[in-house]
Amino acid sequence: MLGYIKLAVLGLAVVVAAVATGLARDLSYQIHALIFMVSAAIAFFWLIRRVGEPAPVVDPNTYMDGPVRFGVIATAFWGVVGFLVGVVIAFQLAFPYLNFEWAQGFMNFGRLRPLHTSAVIFAFGGNALIATAFYVVQRTSAARLWGGSLAWFVFWGYQVFILLAATGYVTGSTQGNEYAEPEWLADLWLTIVWVAFLIIYMGTLIKRREPHIYVANWFYLAFIVTVAMLHLINNVQIPVSFLGSTSIPVWSGVQSAMIQWWYGHNAVGFFLTAGFLGMMYYFIPKQAERPVYSYKLSIMHFWALIFLYIWAGPHHLHYTALPDWAQTLGMTFSIMLWMPSWGGMINGLMTLSGAWDKLRTDPIIRMMVVAVGFYGMATFEGPMMSIKAVNSLSHYTDWTIGHVHSGALGWNGMITFGALYYLVPKLWQREGLYSLRLVSWHFWLATIGIVLYAASMWVTGIMEGLMWREVDAQGFLVNSFADTVAAKFPMYVVRGLGGTLFLTGAIIMCYNLWKTVTSTAERKPAGVGSAVPAE
Amino acid sequence: MADNSNKSANHQKGDPNTTGHSWDGIEEFDNPMPRWWVWIFILCVIWSVGYWVVYPAWPGMNQATSGVLGYASRAEVAEEIAAFEERHDVLFAQILETEPGELQNDQDLHRFAVNAGASVFAAQCSQCHGAGGAGVQAGGFPNLLDDDWLWGGSHDEIVQTVTYGIRNEEYLDARYSQMPAFGRDELLSEEEMRQATHFVLSLSGSDHEAELASAGAEVYDYNCSSCHGVEGEGDTFLGAPALNDQIWLYGGSEEIVYESIYNARFGVMPGFDNRLREAEIRAVAAYVHQLGGGE
Repeated sequence: MLGYIKLAVLGLAVVVAAVATGLARDLSYQIHALIFMVSAAIAFFWLIRRVGEPAPVVDPNTYMDGPVRFGVIATAFWGVVGFLVGVVIAFQLAFPYLNFEWAQGFMNFGRLRPLHTSAVIFAFGGNALIATAFYVVQRTSAARLWGGSLAWFVFWGYQVFILLAATGYVTGSTQGNEYAEPEWLADLWLTIVWVAFLIIYMGTLIKRREPHIYVANWFYLAFIVTVAMLHLINNVQIPVSFLGSTSIPVWSGVQSAMIQWWYGHNAVGFFLTAGFLGMMYYFIPKQAERPVYSYKLSIMHFWALIFLYIWAGPHHLHYTALPDWAQTLGMTFSIMLWMPSWGGMINGLMTLSGAWDKLRTDPIIRMMVVAVGFYGMATFEGPMMSIKAVNSLSHYTDWTIGHVHSGALGWNGMITFGALYYLVPKLWQREGLYSLRLVSWHFWLATIGIVLYAASMWVTGIMEGLMWREVDAQGFLVNSFADTVAAKFPMYVVRGLGGTLFLTGAIIMCYNLWKTVTSTAERKPAGVGSAVPAE
Repeated sequence: MADNSNKSANHQKGDPNTTGHSWDGIEEFDNPMPRWWVWIFILCVIWSVGYWVVYPAWPGMNQATSGVLGYASRAEVAEEIAAFEERHDVLFAQILETEPGELQNDQDLHRFAVNAGASVFAAQCSQCHGAGGAGVQAGGFPNLLDDDWLWGGSHDEIVQTVTYGIRNEEYLDARYSQMPAFGRDELLSEEEMRQATHFVLSLSGSDHEAELASAGAEVYDYNCSSCHGVEGEGDTFLGAPALNDQIWLYGGSEEIVYESIYNARFGVMPGFDNRLREAEIRAVAAYVHQLGGGE
């Protein structure tokens, strides 16, 4: 019966999307309607071939790893795409003629920049978070994912969202909010997918067979719940037409700016910090084969982080129309956030005490340690940059870009690579990775790439900040904006090279993971994937 | 559980107690929070509370707490602007009292005006005319380093151009002239325009075909000479560029000159009457005047 209802819904979706495709008022909307139509049609035909057949018997004592396997593949794929676009736009900034005349309107910097940020944060990072959340919640709850094929809906639905966002960016559909560029249609779709994700996660936790909820799951849950809230509130928009992609924001003026950066900063806080801390809390103790350093620290820094992070957004709006009191709160809460952030670093690093010798032999552990190191560095740099006196120099400069990338490449990138190296042999039942040597190559290429990137952006950021404020003895401005752009050129080239190294490392990883699945020995299936409480 | 067995293997001699739980083989030590961590956290909180007392911080029903210092970022900016003005008011007033053309006679005042003008230029003009004032030919932004002027290069003329701009709707006094679009409006045939193009090229001694050019002389005479002059000397009163030199606003190739005749050009510049103070306009005019070609 349920199968027929699903078929009817999908069939209806195909028809509605087809009509919308025909009546679309703009190209972005037309492409989006087409994506919906094709996705619904594929799901329809996939389902219709199975209607009436007996449902496959699933042993509830096994883990549901299909969506995790697909998630791992999607993470690696979108990672390479996102890094590649990043390298392209880095060189577009250094050599503006790479904004080719023939590519104006879809491949110029303005179109590719949001494609890069969303690809790395939401496609690469998001897939990594969803895949590892599904993996970790099952293992640490000793329970199969709740909701059956709903997990598949979350995986495929999220890929559809990524396609909507990406095609929207290159065809010029944007609501102009950084990291929240997709227009109303994509926003609504993401809301549906995200709620399904939340339900699966909660359902699995509720039916867990462990007496307590492991700390990684607190972080994952905080990430899922908060991102849902941020997404909903920052995207309150009224569509101009149900057949067009454009919409009008309800928020305006300084309120709009404040909500945008409340969203923007907590996207960093809950997507890129809390979610990835969940990852860290599972994969570091597993890979190090050591207990977590301190339960007390984990519970204290979790609640402190969750409570304090949500206030820090106004530090993106220092010295603007935002009232002084809001700037003060944004700055002071950012300072108070320093130690709660570092709690995760301490717990990650100290978990390795007693296993430090593995740094010499295990390049995956090395990757995780560097990830936690960059996490600590970025979460020190962040509070520092939120201090108004520092911010008056750093704001609007490339220093901010460098800060973001030492967090994104160093922390999010490296911990994800570590998790992927851990997961692939487990998920495909392999004895081990194809080559640890290649992991080492990846490690060094990525690390050197990050150092080049961060160092060049510090230099050029501080330089341009100083140039902007430089006045002569009589108090007159010395430099024009173009002077600062010209002065940054060499550092832009260095940044592009750093990105190229990072991208090369990721491609090596993909090769290594591919070979792991295709040409290493299979692991003995003893006890694999059975959901039994650990104790 | 796959990794159930390594639970005990994870322990080493001298390890502290765990909390007694295990998830997929992961346990947690019952270590206390590091002391330094707790103390720095507490100090950050104390510092923040202190900051709230001193600076505007918590919103109430009608207004936020204003802090014991009475600090306001707007007041701070106003103070800095006031300090800058106080420092320069006398000199700016002197600039206003001096005829633009007479500025050069007072060396100190002229040096100040050029300096102030350079900073105005960097902020307001360099976007189009280039950081060094060399212009951008591809965009039709004139080079300001030479003595080839569209609307005149005397102090007064530069002040007039900067104040009201060129071909804008904002000011009635904006510089204004419009060349006919001979091709687009079908005023001349393609052949005539080709001939005129070669004649124009011949005026400045550029490469051209003599036959076409001699035929173009008549076309030029009837259609172009009234503004650009019989010998292509141009007219700064009308903003008609000189055509008898090698200085080109949009480029001097055959195709670009033809394009100029076909579609005509309509370069614009904003007026700065509402954006800059009179003294700043005089200063930037003094700066542009001394770049190389002032008349």
